[in-house]
Amino acid sequence: MDFNDTPSEAKFRAQVRAWLKQHATPKINGVAAKRKLPEAQQLQAAKHWQKKIYDAGWACITWPKAYGGRGGTQMELVIWREEVADYDELDGFFTIGHGMCGPALMAYATEEQKRHLLPRLASGEDVWCQLFSEPGAGSDVAALKTRADPCGNGWKVNGQKVWTSGAHFADYGIVLCRTDPTVPKHQGITFFFIDMKQEGVTAQPIKQADGGAHFNEVFFNDAEIPDIQRLGEVGGGWKGALTVLMSERMAVGSLQATGFPELLSLVQRLPLEDGFAIDNAAVADKLADWYVKHAGLKHTNSRILSAISRGAPPGPEASIGKLVAAPMNQDINSYAVQLLGMNGMVTDPELAEKQAHFQKEMLFAPGIRLAGGTDEVMRNIIAEQVLGMPQDKRDDKDVPFNEVPVGV
Amino acid sequence: MNFEFSEDQNMIREQARGFLAKHASSEKVREILDTERRYDESLWQGIAELGWTAAAIPEAYGGLALGHLSLCVIAEELGRSLAPVPFSSSIYQVAEALLDAGTEAQKQTCLPKLATGEWIGTFACSEGNTDPLETQTVYRDGRLYGTKRPVTDGDIADIAIVTATIENQGSNSSELTLFLVHLDSAGVERQPISSLDPTRASALLSFNGVKAEPLGATGTGAAIVNRVWNRAAVLLAFEQLGGAQACLEMSRQYAMDRFAFGRPIASLQAIKHKLADMYTAIELLRSNALYAAWALSVDDDELPLAAATARVAGIQTYYQASKENMQTHGGMGFTWEFDCHLHYRRAHELALCVGNESHWKRRMVAALKETRNGF
Ligand SMILES: Cc1cc2nc3c(=O)[nH]c(=O)nc-3n(C[C@H](O)[C@H](O)[C@H](O)COP(=O)(O)OP(=O)(O)OC[C@H]3O[C@@H](n4cnc5c(N)ncnc54)[C@H](O)[C@@H]3O)c2cc1C
Repeated sequence: MDFNDTPSEAKFRAQVRAWLKQHATPKINGVAAKRKLPEAQQLQAAKHWQKKIYDAGWACITWPKAYGGRGGTQMELVIWREEVADYDELDGFFTIGHGMCGPALMAYATEEQKRHLLPRLASGEDVWCQLFSEPGAGSDVAALKTRADPCGNGWKVNGQKVWTSGAHFADYGIVLCRTDPTVPKHQGITFFFIDMKQEGVTAQPIKQADGGAHFNEVFFNDAEIPDIQRLGEVGGGWKGALTVLMSERMAVGSLQATGFPELLSLVQRLPLEDGFAIDNAAVADKLADWYVKHAGLKHTNSRILSAISRGAPPGPEASIGKLVAAPMNQDINSYAVQLLGMNGMVTDPELAEKQAHFQKEMLFAPGIRLAGGTDEVMRNIIAEQVLGMPQDKRDDKDVPFNEVPVGV
Repeated sequence: MNFEFSEDQNMIREQARGFLAKHASSEKVREILDTERRYDESLWQGIAELGWTAAAIPEAYGGLALGHLSLCVIAEELGRSLAPVPFSSSIYQVAEALLDAGTEAQKQTCLPKLATGEWIGTFACSEGNTDPLETQTVYRDGRLYGTKRPVTDGDIADIAIVTATIENQGSNSSELTLFLVHLDSAGVERQPISSLDPTRASALLSFNGVKAEPLGATGTGAAIVNRVWNRAAVLLAFEQLGGAQACLEMSRQYAMDRFAFGRPIASLQAIKHKLADMYTAIELLRSNALYAAWALSVDDDELPLAAATARVAGIQTYYQASKENMQTHGGMGFTWEFDCHLHYRRAHELALCVGNESHWKRRMVAALKETRNGF
């Protein structure tokens, strides 16, 4: 047992380190300053950085070279991510595009489309978004109602998507539409990609509970999609969607934030009535509970990487990450805010502890428990797909979609 | 990155699981549960013949020197099976303490006999106080005076390691020293006592002027116990992992077979989510235990933190899995006849045997304060 790179991994890591040292922006006192810029400036910085790594051959490491990638291994991608995390660079704007939209194109687009679109996506020239959720279809995304009706050489789209992250600046999106409402829900869905800047598509940012506005309502008004932008068979969209959702839920090799390191550093310097917080028995008890989970996730990640390193798919343990990290991140940040006493109320970054890091994280945390599969949906997935327990009883099974009862 | 058991270790696991399925089956375990027998002698002999007791003992002392990773794999299977044997006392604690602090002569005398299973060792520290190291037992003029309880496997053991303070001309130092005692010596009195887990022997041991020799230097007892418990904690975490995994598998099987409201209870979301939570906690424990196994196998500086983390995860997770297993079984889970309560009992027994959850949380946080590693 060891935690070492193989010789070829070590060589790759050394190359990455050397390049980053020369070209990436270092964090100052561990602070990633670019994350604090206004969104438009962040996007600009992210695009600039993405172009730079693309030109140097580091973008989309696992993609084929012909599509703008590096033709590298999954493990090399992991190594890149580990190394770049030490720098003040932004990659969040491309997570959906590189993690979900690119693979969907790779599986279903024409060769010409792939050669045209994938390098633009890899280089950061285009930003993509994922248009799945709707007002009446989230966890049950197959209940979506946005329609695509045949028209001429293509399709005419009408309806509404919601919670679409980044739609307001995206160039393209992958979108699920209903093409046949007379068959049971999974059978009547078709998968497309769409030009977000075209006529008939409007993105309207939604102000979130945390005060930001990164996700959108997207309205389609007779928006036309040429048939050539169809991904997969007519009525075969659910299969494509599943591939995309699985890669979202099992994003491997990247640790989800638990909030633990920041809490530990806080309690080591925060004075309470009777000494530093870490020396308070009640605080220490909570800290220990959380460290068990934090360390457990970190070492689970090492198990996953061991599989990837020998070229195997990760085991089912890869499905626990989000379910453990997201609620814990919420509880930890809420606890940190509580520990701060009345000061915990303050969100002014000039006055608040760690520039209001804990308050911001606490306010955003509920969204992380929802996005990309809620806690409850993750538990269903573990029970059904890992433990092999039966699916829930479903009242819409085998019922034509247009006869399924609907609520709010 | 190679953070997995090796093929050889997995083969040991296969062999162990097969052997224990036959020789430590539920029926076999119940022969100890429901009788006056204190442990399963023939199972113990079988285990020794397979070399498990010798696995992590160096060749110079009659061991197989397979290393601690192999021992972890064996521990996991022992925990899964609820084997009624004194393995943890004899191997995780006594053999480890001898290796840590024994003189060459002590090691030569005891370790080969522990390796073959001919001798059983026990670790006698508790005197019925919440702090297992609070000690009234004294050592005076080469002899031990005091009473220990509970002593796991105390009534079946051949040798004991005993915590005591040394009394010199009436003055008593508060520092602990360890002593090695042959339990057939004059002045030893033993009395079986009933405990939460009747598949494991428990006893009261009195020492009325019993000849004993120090193990390790004067005053080093607490430090040795600390080191030995760091090691035992890792191995016990694997027993807890095996036990918790067994609970999850029992729950799943029962939920698939049991029908309510015209459908398997496994299709009810409250049951599914309960089992998903068990699975999640077990995988976190598995990962923590594996990391601690690595730290144990190379004696890394991280061992104190890794061991404490694995221990707390083991205590919490086995408890969770064993209680929710009973819940999943409904009324059947509350019968003596079903095995659910055996895990529930074992979970509590294991949670207490080398310091309880709050003891280990304190150790964890102390280690967190020291560690220079990133998180
Ligand atoms: C920050 C953020 C970013 C997002 N970005 C995107 C994006 O880019 N693209 C996109 O398409 N979507 C996006 N989403 C949407 C997200 O995928 C959905 O919010 C999520 O799937 C839940 O769907 P819902 O909001 O309709 O809630 P619902 O599905 O209505 O859920 C409401 C509650 O019911 C529970 N529930 C639902 N079904 C079950 C079940 N079967 N068993 C048990 N409980 C159940 C849920 O767990 C939840 O607690 C984003 C969401 C957030 C918060």
